[in-house]
Amino acid sequence: MTSFAVPTTKRSYSTAWWGMAALIATESMVFTVLLGGYFFLRASALQWPPGGIAGPELRLSLPFSFLLWGSSIPIFYAEAAIRRGSQRGLRIGLFVSAVMGAGFLAFTLEDFHDVTFGWRDNAYGSMFYVIVGLHALHVFAGLGMNVLVEIKAWQGKFRADCYTSVEVLSLYWHFVDAVWIFVFLSLFVSETWR
Amino acid sequence: MAIIDQAPDAPDAATLERIEHRWLDAPGIPGFFTTVDHKRIGVRYIYTSFVFFFLAGLAALVMRDQLASSNNNVLAPETYNALFTLHGTTMIFLFNTPVLAGFGNYLVPLQIGSRDMAFPRLNAFSYWVFLFAGLLLYSSVVVGHPPDGGWFAYVPLTDKAYSPAINIDFWGLAIIFVGISTTAGAINFIVTIFKMRAPGMTFNRMPVFVWSMLVFSFMVIFAVPAVTIAAALLEFDRLFGTAFYTPGAGGSALLYQHLFWFWGHPEVYILFVPATGMVSMMVAVFSRRVLAGYVWIVTSLVSVGFISFGVWVHHMFATGLPALALAFFAGVSLLITIPSGVQFFAWIATMWKGTVELTVPMLFTVGFLLIFLLGGITGVMVSILPFDWAVTDSYFVVAHLHYVLNGAVVFPIFGALYYWLPKMTGRMLSERLGKVSFWVMFVGFNLTFFPMHILGIIGMPRRVWTYSNGLGWDTLNLIVSLGSVLFGLGTGITLLNWAISLRRGRPAPANPWDADSLEWAVASPPPEYNFAQIPVVSSRHPLWDDDGAPAAVPVLADAAEGRDPSVRSLALEGAADKTTTITSGRDTRPFEVLEIPEQTVVPFVLALGLAAFFAGLLIEATVVGVLGVAIAVAALLRWVWRTDMDRA
Repeated sequence: MTSFAVPTTKRSYSTAWWGMAALIATESMVFTVLLGGYFFLRASALQWPPGGIAGPELRLSLPFSFLLWGSSIPIFYAEAAIRRGSQRGLRIGLFVSAVMGAGFLAFTLEDFHDVTFGWRDNAYGSMFYVIVGLHALHVFAGLGMNVLVEIKAWQGKFRADCYTSVEVLSLYWHFVDAVWIFVFLSLFVSETWR
Repeated sequence: MAIIDQAPDAPDAATLERIEHRWLDAPGIPGFFTTVDHKRIGVRYIYTSFVFFFLAGLAALVMRDQLASSNNNVLAPETYNALFTLHGTTMIFLFNTPVLAGFGNYLVPLQIGSRDMAFPRLNAFSYWVFLFAGLLLYSSVVVGHPPDGGWFAYVPLTDKAYSPAINIDFWGLAIIFVGISTTAGAINFIVTIFKMRAPGMTFNRMPVFVWSMLVFSFMVIFAVPAVTIAAALLEFDRLFGTAFYTPGAGGSALLYQHLFWFWGHPEVYILFVPATGMVSMMVAVFSRRVLAGYVWIVTSLVSVGFISFGVWVHHMFATGLPALALAFFAGVSLLITIPSGVQFFAWIATMWKGTVELTVPMLFTVGFLLIFLLGGITGVMVSILPFDWAVTDSYFVVAHLHYVLNGAVVFPIFGALYYWLPKMTGRMLSERLGKVSFWVMFVGFNLTFFPMHILGIIGMPRRVWTYSNGLGWDTLNLIVSLGSVLFGLGTGITLLNWAISLRRGRPAPANPWDADSLEWAVASPPPEYNFAQIPVVSSRHPLWDDDGAPAAVPVLADAAEGRDPSVRSLALEGAADKTTTITSGRDTRPFEVLEIPEQTVVPFVLALGLAAFFAGLLIEATVVGVLGVAIAVAALLRWVWRTDMDRA
């Protein structure tokens, strides 16, 4: 017979959080590979973008990028609110971030409309549409998750000590915002300022 | 204060029956489509991948029939192309990867002392996606348009311009589809291994097979995106006319090779690492001593995982890349021999210091060591640039890759079949038939693949459907073909042995091999709930005491009275409630309770929806695709909505 103490701890993330973290790892790789492919084509091209076409503009994309990155703030706020037990703060935070995310998504669709090239024109266009489109798909998925969590928030399902879905959503949301830093710098900024 | 009970009293039969009743799947067909039991899913993975193994093996035998003599025309060249494409694709994507995932599914929860995986429904989903992806690929054979661009489907050959028919689309879409399965499985393994280990099973006490599945999973989540993107961009080019791989429009055919091999080389080790994990388990048990150099072996597994991401260009030595890049990748390719060598010597040391018992699993293990030695040596040879340039695209490479992918992966898998099938089916396999099977396979293997080295050096290229006589290749090719028949026969004997054991095999005791890991602490086959009481682990070898004699697994005697629900879930009541314990990642303290989800058809429906989506893309039928997405979204919403992850 041996005896020893088995203390328990709550200071650890849930399995759902870890699952999301692993999903994010593999998703990051998807974007890394795509951006790697983009720079590979760009480095081996004689002229970029090919055919002397105009790249994307910063006039709209810059403010809307800040809108997307800014949407992380209300998510932080929502998480902090439910940790204090504030249902109202949670609902408002989620709602504001959803609106900001939706605004960015609207810009992406508008941008696809505005650019002067199609995705069949050349490899640059193909890369641009696929990378930006895939990111938009991620924003859309984040919005879907946001709505689901928001419904649960309105039903009052979360408490100060149980809000795993909020945590998981927040992780994903920040990830989608972080990816846009790399996509924006690669496809917009570095195309314009050279 | 909790008491560890060294020799727990067995719970009485009535209690166990009550617990079992809570866990039993619904009978019949509904139960088949709705199960989330990791053991049923694991076995299903293994059976399904062996069906694909059989098909791919048959393809190989037909090819060897064609190549047995010069100017042969058993097969049309087009058929030959389709056969080698299907053979390679099936072996990599539909046999080797999923069969290892199947063993992992079955064994990981048992070896870490859990009642199931972290995400049981995701587990079911992974299986269904794998099955549907396999069916998608093989439906090409049914409609008479099998993919024929080689297993790595290089552009420009696979571009629309040169392969206008639907054949390549089957390949591209199936590769993307099966990647979802592999990735979902890997995420599940990572979380399971991090969060579901029994109290006391710290990282330095994990069985090497669990370590290898952890490395496998990390490699999968970082490598698979590359092949998914490679195939996705190919399909964008083919289906929608984009220009990723079109040189005239700024695209690059070389980009495809980079993307493909950025996955392709880690993939070799994705297969090899779990196989070595199996070897480490079997070597120790059948040398009747603890594994020599546990820490060295684990460190090697992890470093192989890292280094394997820096060698992909050695598949592209002949593509005209800058010399500096070639030198770097040749150097890293040589570097990877170090951790592989460390493992090799650790196994030899284990056998040297132990008392080797030549059971069938051990025979396959020793056979693996010999074959891997040769495959490793030719690996060093082809990592040296001038040598690679001389033999690239010749049969030397075919010989090398089969020594590592067939010999060094399939032999451990066959050993693992003899070792672990008794646990899964409750029936022992025949040792005598097993020994016959091993020797026929071993001789057949070397007769098949060794002469290919020579054929390659004297100039026979890969992927030719026939060759003229007078080149001096006839005799060796005939030996290769006869050897392949022998090898096929040897594998057939094991499959027969497997089938016979299911009907007439000797019933397997809980621990037929006097092994040390936790899966042998429970009955063969294990009860639905795995562990009535979750064990407490205090050593690397829970079933051996300090002298290597059998030891009972301790449990927390007063877990049922624990203050925290997570501690109570360790006890019988936890099993009776259909729960298992989530522990904190590093120090494995009970942390939370996982309620095992009830049976559900949702994962099946989600996989079906995705299958319809891919089928819609394939036949360019928008209705089918949209319908598939709608089904998938509906299933996903129901899944998410029914998951109550927000409990205190």
